Amino acid sequence: MRNISVVAIVLVAIITIAGCQRSDDAGQADGSQPIAIAMVTDVGGVNDQSFNQSAWEGMQMSRDQLGVRISYAESGQGSDYGPNLETMYDAGNELIWGIGFLMADAIRTAAVSNPSQKYAIIDFAWQDTPNNLLGVVFQAEQPSFLVGYIAGKMTESGIVGFVGGISGDVIDQFDYGFHAGVAYANPSARVLRQYADSFTDAARGKSIASQMFLEGADIVFAAAGSVGDGVIEAAKEQGRWAIGVDRDQNYLAPEHVLTSAMKRVDMAIFNVAEGLVDGEWPGGTTKVLGLVDGAVGIAPSSDKHVPTALLAEVRELEQQIIAGSVRVPFNRATFADYGYGN
Amino acid sequence: MNDRELPVTGPAATASTTPWLLRTPAFFAAVSVAVGVIVGGVVLLVAGFNPILAYGEILAGVFSSPRNVAAAIVRSTPIIITGLSVTFAFRTGLFNIGAEGQFIVGSLVAALLGFAVNLPAILHVPLILASAFVAGAAWGGFAGLLKARFGVHEVISTIMLNWIAFYLSNFMIGLSWVQRPQSEASHKIADTARIDILGAWKLSEQGLAWRAANSGSFFAEVLRADVNWGIVIALLLATAVWYILNRTTLGYELRAVGHNRDAAEYSGINVRRCTTLSMAIAGAIAALSGAIQVMGRTQDITKLAIMEGNGFDGIAVSLIGNNTAFGNVFSGLLFGSLVHGGSRLQVRLGAPSEIIAIVIGTIIFFIAIPNLMRVIAALYRRRATRSTAGGSSK
Repeated sequence: MRNISVVAIVLVAIITIAGCQRSDDAGQADGSQPIAIAMVTDVGGVNDQSFNQSAWEGMQMSRDQLGVRISYAESGQGSDYGPNLETMYDAGNELIWGIGFLMADAIRTAAVSNPSQKYAIIDFAWQDTPNNLLGVVFQAEQPSFLVGYIAGKMTESGIVGFVGGISGDVIDQFDYGFHAGVAYANPSARVLRQYADSFTDAARGKSIASQMFLEGADIVFAAAGSVGDGVIEAAKEQGRWAIGVDRDQNYLAPEHVLTSAMKRVDMAIFNVAEGLVDGEWPGGTTKVLGLVDGAVGIAPSSDKHVPTALLAEVRELEQQIIAGSVRVPFNRATFADYGYGN
Repeated sequence: MNDRELPVTGPAATASTTPWLLRTPAFFAAVSVAVGVIVGGVVLLVAGFNPILAYGEILAGVFSSPRNVAAAIVRSTPIIITGLSVTFAFRTGLFNIGAEGQFIVGSLVAALLGFAVNLPAILHVPLILASAFVAGAAWGGFAGLLKARFGVHEVISTIMLNWIAFYLSNFMIGLSWVQRPQSEASHKIADTARIDILGAWKLSEQGLAWRAANSGSFFAEVLRADVNWGIVIALLLATAVWYILNRTTLGYELRAVGHNRDAAEYSGINVRRCTTLSMAIAGAIAALSGAIQVMGRTQDITKLAIMEGNGFDGIAVSLIGNNTAFGNVFSGLLFGSLVHGGSRLQVRLGAPSEIIAIVIGTIIFFIAIPNLMRVIAALYRRRATRSTAGGSSK
């Protein structure tokens, strides 16, 4: 037993000594207390290569450029949203973000319970938003339309694919925007559509995409969080094209990610943080961000694989969408209304 | 309950040469926890975090406020119950990997009956609990039946049933009469089906006013957690499981099958019946956990992207609890507290959840293998015996 004790004591000593080295990020040099902003992710986690990660990048951008203090909490399961939000409340933050519509209920409950705390959520809007709560939504159908247009023009087989996460209002924007974009570019093209019923199951994304490639699709667009990783993987293996989502995902497979439909969650987070630092807080409202705000669009890396002439068309299309001369559907009803049939 | 005494290897000499302390189960538990904490600390260190600071945060995350204590208990409740489910099957020699799926079935039943049925609370709550019990019993019992009738291994069948439950639940939520508009979730259950404590009141105008006026007081703090009656039900279930296993003929038969199937069969116990029944009861318990989670906390079920792990965590809880009824209560509280306190590690130190999961996993791992400690103790004892008695031990 003495040996065990000795080992234990030595270990504890090592830990104590080595552990004391790390004690960084204490306040700012000038002594003023920086604003603290926190975010709670949905079950996707902060490394989902998409939406939550983009949010965290926006947080980091805020820290680097605005000097705010940042922190995050990942949710292991849906019932963790509430406790995580309360923990963030206890930690004394100026603003607490909920990332993703899955957190809508939890964040509203938190906002009602703690009226003096500022909250914001990505991808959700209420009719009556409490004054301490801000909703931020994106016109994701716009970049989806643009990548759909690119896919419609570039497909050689005349078949493209769409892989959705869990169907709902948010993914409908991507779904119908993409379908409309393809139809706008190439009325004879066929779009295969399948939902993964998941935002995390990359293996399922891979099998769905592989199946679509088998059926002759040569470009597949995934709006499904980490499921898209599998889609990109399948494109890489089979030498076809994938279209990324939320962030510029070209780096995941530089030769096989054609373009990405970007939804700049990072920009939204940064803008709100910037406002907050300037003492500006649009609580009780919903921010709708689109091409006009530069908060959505196609990825900068698109020029690697998309012909210049086509990119120029896309730029023009962007202007038409902003001007309203091209209307982009965002759900089944508008898809029919705007004359895209079914 | 205590069929896991130390193996007495040596002759009477051991008793005199081994210090008394070394022979108590509590000692092994303590050493296991200590080793787990130390190894977890090394993991933290390698990842670049100060382990002492980190453990301090975990402790603070559990004990620093009434809300945290309450939240840790609330977090523990479902896994205590799924742990009981795993324990029940395990004592019959069955490995219930299916607690996850049974949990999902229970929450599905609770959600559906919660919003579709209109009853006063005094009937509504028992109706849901009973229905979840029956549904879970069917779900788990099916795996037991497959094992009893056709020899299909319960590990395989319950894993498959997990996926069936998972997709069944997601499919049901997609149905128009189940799905709440503008969400990925079912309708909310009726107030009469809720078992949370003052859950509706605390968000009402009066409740909010009271909480604002008394903010910081003990009760206002506790109410910030999703407090519910689940823990009481969990304790009752633990008592019931203990009673059935240790004080009834059925429990005796089940345990006999667990100890030795052939001997049990030879002595006239109906092994097939016991197998089916054990899995059915285990399934029913896990389903109750799911129902309690819906009635006490979530009030709806959402489309799951991944399995939440309440059932799988129950396996670990059961193992740590040494597969005893009340052991589950303690190990569940430990596990749940680590998970709840661990989230603070991320908030305060920015530790990635992967690291937190590894640290918690490490601690749990070492706690779950006190047998290793026993082996070490046996080695030490043998050496001690040899040095004092000239190597007479076997």
